[in-house]
Amino acid sequence: MKLLTTFTATTALCAAGSMAGAQDMVDDMTLVSWGGAYQNSQIEAYAKPYMEMNPEVSITWDESSNEAVAKLRAMNEAGNITWDLVDVVAADALRLCDEGLAMEVDHDELLAPAPDGTDASDDFGDLIVSDCFIPQIVYSITFGYRSDMVPEGVDAPDDICDVFDLETYPGKRSLETRPINNMEWALICDGVPKDEVYDVLATEEGQDQALAKLDTIKDDVIWWSAGADTPQLLADGEVFMGSTYNGRLFSAIEEQDQPIEMMWDAQVFDLDGWIIPTGLSDERLARVQDFVRFATDTQRLADQAAYISYGPARESSAPLVGEHAELGIEMAPHMPTAPENSENVFVFNYGFWADYRDDIDAKFQSWLAQ
Amino acid sequence: MSNLTVDVKRPPLSFTMPVVAVLGACFGFVTGNIFGQAWLGFVIGAVIGAGLAGILAQIVQVRLWQKVWGTCAVFALAGLIAGGIGGLVGGAVMGLSMGWFATWIGSGQYRAGVPIYYTAGQTLWHNVFLFICAFVFFFLVAPLFPVIWLSFNAENFFTFTPEMLAFQAEGYSLKHYREFFSGGGHPVQGILYGAVIGAVLGALVQLLPNVQRGLARVVVFAVVGALIGVVVGKMWGVSGAEWMTPLKNSLIIAPFATLISVSLGTLAAIGLSQTHVPGRQAIMAVLISPMIVPLIISATGMFFFYAPLGNWLEANLGLNQTFVGYVKVILAHAALGVPFVIITVTATLVGFDPSLTRAAANMGANPVTTFFRVQMPLILPGVISGGLFAFITSFDEVVVVLFVGSAQQQTLPWQMFTGLREQISPTILAAATILVTISICLLTTVEVLRRRSEKLRGMSPG
Amino acid sequence: MSDSTETGPVLAADGSPLKQSLAKALRREKMRALALIAPLLFFIVLTFIIPILSMLFRSVENQIVSDTLPGTVAAIQDWDTDSGDAPDEIVFQHLFIDLFNADEAKEHTKLGSRLNYEQSGLSSLFRSSGRNVDDIGESFQDPLEEIDPAFEEADFWYDMMNGAGGEGLLEERRAMWEAQEGDTLAGDVGFVPSQAMIDLLPWTTTAYTDFAIWTAIEDEDVVAEEEPWEAVYGALGMDLRNPETVAAIAEYDGPGAAQLQAVVDNLDRLPETSFREAFAEIDEDWLDPEVWGTISVYSPNYTPGYFLTAIDMKLGADGVEAQPEDRQLYIKLFNRTLFMSLVITGSCILLGYPVAWLLANLPLRTANVLMILVLLPFWTSLLVRTSAWKVLLQQQGVINEILVWLGFVDDANRLILMNNQTGTIIAMTHILLPFMILPLYSVMKTIDPSYLRAAKSLGATNFVAFWRVYFPQSVPGIGAGSILVFILSIGYYITPEIVGGTDGVFISNRIAYHISSSLNWGLAAALGSILLVVVLALYWLYDRIVGIDNVKLGG
Repeated sequence: MKLLTTFTATTALCAAGSMAGAQDMVDDMTLVSWGGAYQNSQIEAYAKPYMEMNPEVSITWDESSNEAVAKLRAMNEAGNITWDLVDVVAADALRLCDEGLAMEVDHDELLAPAPDGTDASDDFGDLIVSDCFIPQIVYSITFGYRSDMVPEGVDAPDDICDVFDLETYPGKRSLETRPINNMEWALICDGVPKDEVYDVLATEEGQDQALAKLDTIKDDVIWWSAGADTPQLLADGEVFMGSTYNGRLFSAIEEQDQPIEMMWDAQVFDLDGWIIPTGLSDERLARVQDFVRFATDTQRLADQAAYISYGPARESSAPLVGEHAELGIEMAPHMPTAPENSENVFVFNYGFWADYRDDIDAKFQSWLAQ
Repeated sequence: MSNLTVDVKRPPLSFTMPVVAVLGACFGFVTGNIFGQAWLGFVIGAVIGAGLAGILAQIVQVRLWQKVWGTCAVFALAGLIAGGIGGLVGGAVMGLSMGWFATWIGSGQYRAGVPIYYTAGQTLWHNVFLFICAFVFFFLVAPLFPVIWLSFNAENFFTFTPEMLAFQAEGYSLKHYREFFSGGGHPVQGILYGAVIGAVLGALVQLLPNVQRGLARVVVFAVVGALIGVVVGKMWGVSGAEWMTPLKNSLIIAPFATLISVSLGTLAAIGLSQTHVPGRQAIMAVLISPMIVPLIISATGMFFFYAPLGNWLEANLGLNQTFVGYVKVILAHAALGVPFVIITVTATLVGFDPSLTRAAANMGANPVTTFFRVQMPLILPGVISGGLFAFITSFDEVVVVLFVGSAQQQTLPWQMFTGLREQISPTILAAATILVTISICLLTTVEVLRRRSEKLRGMSPG
Repeated sequence: MSDSTETGPVLAADGSPLKQSLAKALRREKMRALALIAPLLFFIVLTFIIPILSMLFRSVENQIVSDTLPGTVAAIQDWDTDSGDAPDEIVFQHLFIDLFNADEAKEHTKLGSRLNYEQSGLSSLFRSSGRNVDDIGESFQDPLEEIDPAFEEADFWYDMMNGAGGEGLLEERRAMWEAQEGDTLAGDVGFVPSQAMIDLLPWTTTAYTDFAIWTAIEDEDVVAEEEPWEAVYGALGMDLRNPETVAAIAEYDGPGAAQLQAVVDNLDRLPETSFREAFAEIDEDWLDPEVWGTISVYSPNYTPGYFLTAIDMKLGADGVEAQPEDRQLYIKLFNRTLFMSLVITGSCILLGYPVAWLLANLPLRTANVLMILVLLPFWTSLLVRTSAWKVLLQQQGVINEILVWLGFVDDANRLILMNNQTGTIIAMTHILLPFMILPLYSVMKTIDPSYLRAAKSLGATNFVAFWRVYFPQSVPGIGAGSILVFILSIGYYITPEIVGGTDGVFISNRIAYHISSSLNWGLAAALGSILLVVVLALYWLYDRIVGIDNVKLGG
C-alpha cells in the first residue's frame, strides 16, 4: 500500500517534473544487464539516446544479471540497494516478485502508451507475466545445427524430434543443464500432445517419462550452462546440433559466418525485461521511472532489434523493426516472432516452473549424476 | 654427486647407432601411420636413424649445435617437399629431436650427469627420470601455448581455423589486442612523464651514499619509469572501457589488498613465531581459515558483513559510494590473502636466529629499529613471496568480487568471467597473454631480488 | 649463578625473586606475542569468521514460518497429523488473519517460496491465496455494510475499538508485525484497543489492532480516518459465529452497540460458509493434509530439514526418512568430490614429487629458472587456464586433432577427454600442481644429501636408499602439499563447471547453484557446513600428524 502511494506520488511528480526541468531526480543510475551483445544493444538503443536527451545523466552498467536474484536478495537483506534497474528473464522476475525484491508497478501508469494511444498493458498484452515485470524482448530458445555435418542423402533437420533421432542424425547435441525446456521437448517427442505437456509433467510418471526419453540421447549430450557455450561448440564442430538463445545463433550465422542453420521448430518463447528493485529512494525511483518510460516506448524497442535478433515485446513495435545496424540486412525475418519462424511455438509456462522448478531440478540433477 | 663425474667418453658406434635407430623407428612409425604404412615407416625410420648416427659420428670438425640445427634443416626441407607447410613444421620438430638425440648419445653427454660408477641401467633410469621431469614441466606450461596462439585468431571463436593451421596471414590478426587496449587515457604522455620522473629518480639515487654509480642505472630507472608511465597514462581517467577499466580496478585493488595482508600478516607471523603463544594452534586455524572455506560460502557470508559496513561508512563518514566499494573489495581480498602470508612468513621465521634481535637490542637498538634493520631484511624473501601469493589471490579472484563488488569495481577476472559466459571471444586470451608476459617479468624481478637478498645474507648464490 | 648454592629465594637483578621475575617476563612475552597477532586476528574474526558463521547458521534457521503465520502455527499444534484430513475451522480462521497480514506485508510469497522447497505447488498456493484472501473478507464486508452503513465509516470503527486497557494486545501485535517484517515498527499508533472490545469481540479487535499498527506506522496515516481492511470484517464474522458473543452483544452498551445489535438481528444475511470451505474454494489444496503436514513439520523456529536434505534424507510427517531414489544426489556428490579430490591429490604427488626432487637437487640458479616454469601457470588466470584446457581436450580439440592427424585415433572415435571426470582431473591436476611442488620443494631443500650418500656407501641400492632414507624425510612435504591440494580441490567449482560435464561436477557446484539460482540458501549453508566440517576434520588430522607449522609455500 505504501509502495503504491509512493509510486503514484512519484509518477505524478515525474509528470510534473518533466515540464519543470526534471528536478528531484538523481543523475547516476546503475543498470544491470547481461553483458555482451545484448547489453550492447541496450546501450545503443536506450541508453545513448536517453543520455543525449539528458546530458546530466550518467549510467553505469553492471554485468550481473546472471547473479541478479542472489545479489538482490543479499542487498535487500543488508539494506543496501545499489542497483536501480535490473534486466532479468521473466522466470527470475516472478521469483524476485515473490520474494518481495522487485517492485510491483502499474504498467499503464509507468509505461508510455503506443503511438496510436493503446494502453501499455494492452500493447504488451500477455507478456506482462508478473506485476513486477516490465517486458522488453521476446527471445526464444531454439536449436541450431551444423549444415556441413548433415549426413548425405538426408534432409536437414526441421523437426524438434530430430534432436532425439540419433539414427538419422548421428552426432552430439548440446542441451542446457536444467530440466526447463528439455523436459517439454522430450515429452512432445514422446507423443504427448502439446497442450497436455504441463499436466503430464506435473506427475511423477510424466517426469519419469520425460527423463526416459532424454535417457535415449544422454550419452550424446554435452550440457551447457552459459549462453556462449552452444555457439562455440557448434563453431568447433564439437556438436551437430544444440539449443541456445536465437540471438546467439543469429550472431554466429550472420556476423561470424559460421556454417550453422536455425531450426525454429518447437522454439520456446521466453521473455526478458526490467524489474525495479524495492527500497529505492524517491529521487532514484523518479529517475528510473523516467528512464524506463523512455526505454520501453514503441520506437526504442523497435530500435533495439537493429542490434540483436530479439523480438520487441510491444505489438506496436513490430512494424517498425528495420535493418541490422552494421550488416544492413532486414531483421524482421530473423525475429523469433516472425510468422515463418513461429509456426510451431512453445510458450514457457512460468507458473508451472515457479512451482516445480526446485523439485524437478532435484530429480533432473539426480538423473544427470547417474 | 657432481663431484664424482668425470669427463665423458664417446660411446662406440655399435651403441650409438641402434639407440638412435630406435628413436628413428618411433618417428618413422608415427609418420608412416599418417599414410597408413606404420610398419614400413618403422623400418625406414630405423634405417634413417642408424644412418644419421653414423654420419654425425663421422663429422668431427663441426660443433655439436651445428650438427643439431643442420639435421633439423635437412629434415624440415624434406618435410616441406613431402607435405607442405605442415610437413615443414613436423620435419623441423622431428629433425631437431633426432639431431639433438643423436649428438647427445653420440658424444656421450648422456652420462654427464651421473657418477662414473653408475651401471647402464642406473644411467638409463637417471635419464628416463629427467625425461619424466621434462614431461611434467611441459604439462605445466603446455596449456599456455594454445592460449598465446589463439589470441592472434582472426575469428571470434576459440577455434583453430584452417587458415591458422596453414599459417596463412589472413588467419591471424591483432584485433583482440586492439580490443583489449581500446579506450583509456594517454599512454604517450605517460611514457614521457614516466621516463622523466624515472630519470630524475635515477639521478637522485646517484647522490645517495653506498650506491654503485653509472649512467646505466639512470637509463634503467628511466626505462622502468616509462613502462610504469605507459600503464599509468593508459589507465588515467579511464572509465567505461571494456578491458582497460577492469584492468585499472585490478591494479588498484590488488596492491592495496596485498599491502594490508602483508603488513598485518607479517606482524602476526612474528607474533606466532615467539616461543610462548597461548592458543597457538587455534589462532593459526582461525588465520588460515580463509583458505579452507569454500569460496562461494565465503563470498555470500562476506557480502552480509560488507554491505552494512558500506552503508555505515557512507552514512556516517559521508564517504563516496565508489570509494567505499573499493574499500570493501580490498578488505575482502586482504582477508583471502592472509593465509598465504602467514604460511610463508612463519616458514621463513622458523630459520630465524632470535639471538640476532637480542644482539641488536644489546647494542642499543629499539624494537622498531631492530625490526626494520635486522629482522625485516632477513625475512624479506618470505614476505615478498607471501605478498606475491596474496597479490595473485586478489588479482585472480572472481567469486568474492562478484558478490562484494559493484559495477564500479569490476576487476579483470570478473570481466573475463562474464566474457567467457556471454561472448566467448579471444580477447580474453589476449588479456591472458599480456598477463603471462607481465608474470614472467614479475617472476624474473623476484628472482633478481632473491639473489640480491641472498647476497645480503652472505649465502652463496649456488 | 653461584647464588644457587645459597639458601633462600633466588633473586633477580632488581631484587625480586627470580621465579616471579621469570614468570613476569614470560607473561610479558606472551602479551607481546598476542599484541602482535591481535590486529590480524581481530581483522579475520570480524571480516571473515563471524560472517561465515552467520551464513552457516542459516542452515538451521526457519523462523519464517512462525513469523509469517504466527496464529496458524500455534493453532496447528493441536491438529493430528495422522488424521488424514485437513485441520479444523479454527486453524483456517487463524490462517485468514495471518495470511491477510502477510499479504499486506508482501511476505506470503516469501513463505510460499520457502515451503516450495519442501513441497512443490506451495509457491503458487500462497501466491494465489494471498491474492484472493481479500474476497473472503469482502464476503462479510458487503452484507455488514448493507445492514448498517456505519460499518463503512472509519471513525465509527475507531470509536468502537479505541479505549483503554488493551496496551498488552497492542504490543503483542506490534511484536507480530516486527517479526513479520524483520524490522522495528516503533512509534505512536494513536490507537489503543479497549478492554471491553477485547472481551466482547476478540478476533475483530485483534484484526483491527493489526490494521491500526500497519496504517499508523508503515503507511503513516491516521487510523481514525482510514476504513478498516477486509480482514476486520471477516474477523467480525468469526466473532459472530460464537453464540456466547452474540449473547454478550445484547448486554453491551458501549460505542457501536446499536449497530452490533442490528447485525446480530440480521445474522442470516452474513455468509454461512466456513473459512475452511472459503479457503478450499480459493484452492482445494488447502484441504490436502499433505500441505498441512508440511506446514506443521516446518513450523518450528529451527529445523534440521536442510541438513537432512543435504544427506539425501527428508523430514516427513512421521519423522526422518530417506529421499526417494530418483531424488538422491548429495551423498553421491560428496563421495564423488572426496574421491576426485583424492585422485587429484594423488596425481599431483605423482607428477610433483619428481619435479620437486629435481628442483631441490639442481644448483640454485638452474632450479630458480625452472621454478619460473612451475610458477608461470600458477600466475595465469584460473579462468584462462581452464579455457585453455577446454581448447586442448575437447573432441575437436588440439590433442584429438593431433592424434587423428597422426592416425592413432580414428576420426569417428575421437577420445572423450572432457565433460567427464577425466577432464576435471586433468585440468585440476594442472591447476593445483604448483601447490604440491612448492611445499615439497621447500621440505626437500632441507634434506641433507649426505644421508643418501651414506646409505649408498653402506651398500644400499639406489632404490632402497631412496625408499628407506630419503622418502621418509620428505613425507612432511607430501603431507603439506596433499593437504593444500586436497582442501583447495574440494572447494573448487569454476573448473569442474567448465570442463566437468555432468559426472565431473563437485558439491561446490551445487552450493553455487543453490546460492545463485534456486535461492535455497539454507540448503547451500547446510551443504557448506558439512563440507567445512570435513575440511576441518582433515585439518585437525593433518595438524596431529604433520603439524600445521610445517606447511611451507616456497619462500
